[in-house]
Amino acid sequence: MQLVCPAGSLPALKAAVRQGADAVYVGFRDDTNARHFSGLNLDDKQLDSGLQLIREQGRQLYIAVNTYAQPDGWARWQRAVDQAAALGVDALIAADPGVLAYASRRHPDLNLHLSVQGSATNAAALALYQQRYGIRRAVLPRVLSLAQVRQVAEKSPVPIEVFAFGSLCIMAEGRCHLSSYLTGESPNLCGVCSPAKAVRWQEDAEGLSSRLNGVLIDRYGKDESAGYPTLCKGRFLVNGQRFHALEEPTSLNTLDLIPQLAAIGVTAVKIEGRQRSPAYVEQVTRVWRSALDAYAHAPQTYAVQPQWRSALDSLSEGSQTTLGAYHRSWQ
Amino acid sequence: MKLSLGPVLFYWNREKLLDFYAEMAEQPLDVIYLGETVCSKRRALGLDDWLGLARELGECTHAELVLAGLALVEAASELSSLKRLCDNGELLVEANDMGAVQLLRERKLPFVAGPALNLYNGYALAELIDCGLQRWVPPVECSGALIRNTLEQLDSLGLARPQVELFAYGHLPLAYSARCFTARAENRPKDDCQICCESFPEGIVLHSQEGEPLFTLNGIQTMSAKVNNLLADYAQLASAGADLLRLSPRAEGMAEVIAAFDTVRCGALPPLAVEGCNGYWHGRPGMLRGDEVVL
Repeated sequence: MQLVCPAGSLPALKAAVRQGADAVYVGFRDDTNARHFSGLNLDDKQLDSGLQLIREQGRQLYIAVNTYAQPDGWARWQRAVDQAAALGVDALIAADPGVLAYASRRHPDLNLHLSVQGSATNAAALALYQQRYGIRRAVLPRVLSLAQVRQVAEKSPVPIEVFAFGSLCIMAEGRCHLSSYLTGESPNLCGVCSPAKAVRWQEDAEGLSSRLNGVLIDRYGKDESAGYPTLCKGRFLVNGQRFHALEEPTSLNTLDLIPQLAAIGVTAVKIEGRQRSPAYVEQVTRVWRSALDAYAHAPQTYAVQPQWRSALDSLSEGSQTTLGAYHRSWQ
Repeated sequence: MKLSLGPVLFYWNREKLLDFYAEMAEQPLDVIYLGETVCSKRRALGLDDWLGLARELGECTHAELVLAGLALVEAASELSSLKRLCDNGELLVEANDMGAVQLLRERKLPFVAGPALNLYNGYALAELIDCGLQRWVPPVECSGALIRNTLEQLDSLGLARPQVELFAYGHLPLAYSARCFTARAENRPKDDCQICCESFPEGIVLHSQEGEPLFTLNGIQTMSAKVNNLLADYAQLASAGADLLRLSPRAEGMAEVIAAFDTVRCGALPPLAVEGCNGYWHGRPGMLRGDEVVL
């Protein structure tokens, strides 16, 4: 299985390459990609030098143009596709049918991957993108159980990539407007979720509070560690009970599932986190490279090493990890 | 302007559903959407029941009847059910997943693109028109300006506009997950949910710790706590390109809601302001109300 790692900067790209990523995915510095955060992503010069390193090392570079184009900004998405083609990237990751259509007609040789934002969770949806746009790979949303991944992969007309590690979207990617409901900015249209500019921290007698556009997302006691107020990971009141009604702060970690994913025929595993630091990318890539190599070397005796687990736990949201939807009981 | 009744997004038992549609048959509606769009475990009515209900409604109302499909199609069994739905042979289908678009396209059947499909610009719309789209319900987070610009972009491509149906009233469907939040709130695993959502005919309200209503938990779907209401914006809706207004069923009072929209489309002045929210229409956070939007 191929290891696909995130880079929100040139140092992160270098770290991923250094630690053995087979492919690195990046985005342009605008709202054409789903990690449109201030100070993040690569400019033209950084892309050139990143690509040079990738070529020297025999790895692959993917570019995500995976938000949905707004009609008055269409030229931006068109330009991003053209630029990716001109760079000669190994794949363009896209979700919008309009963007995919443009890319496949204008640049028929461009290798297209369906983004997780395309929200294709079944073989029929994958067939649509394959037949109309000739996609050659699809990234599955993090909502499928392992059994469902198997069912989809068996019938899929294209190779499958799945998420292996990182922040856990609990909603089907591309099917979540919670952020825009509170803040006006959404992953689909703006490439952001719970945008930093809407975040306010407040310390008062009751403790530390995190707010998103004025709405209280969580309140922390003195002995509790506070996390970024991603709105689906706050504590809310439901039927009078205060709890993480949607999800706890936690990260997806599927080291345990490598043998099953390989048996299913998954082509690539993806690490989430273009918004993360180069040090984070370096450590996660190192662990996953070790794990995949260990499995490839001796699949029958593969076992998750304690040091891999502890390294990843320390990098995880809330210092805890989950198998997420892959494991039916999570659902 | 036509009025449509969206599919029931909550889980009601068979009796409540049949009573509801008996009442709806007497309302001034142009289109009625039937079918289950949220969870495949909700089986108060099966496909044959929905088709039977459609035949009964067809005899006592002039409304067009449409069958809506599931929004999140994961299991192979769900895909099989979706195929049967697309093969119903009688009713137009609303696709809420690209899998449904593919099945309908293979069958060369026209379809309605529901609000769960991500169509945000004229080029994307053109792609789906090529697949058979004849009516577009934009994603609920679209502003009036985005819808107008999308249609103008479609014009510039030389394509005829499809019918445009706006989500004009009801709790907004905002997100879909593998996880059932109703079962989680009831402390039950999803595989042993005992269809507990049936106890909540309008979902469960999720409040902030300060008591502010934020969302409505409806099984695997998360909705707005507030009710989206575009009646006060009525004058702008047609000029943005809307042909139909979708009123999404609530547990109580739908006849009154329909009457209010009907009165305005028949010429009465729209209210200056309404309860609920309309921020999305104005290009603002969806939760905002008209008076907050004006600020």
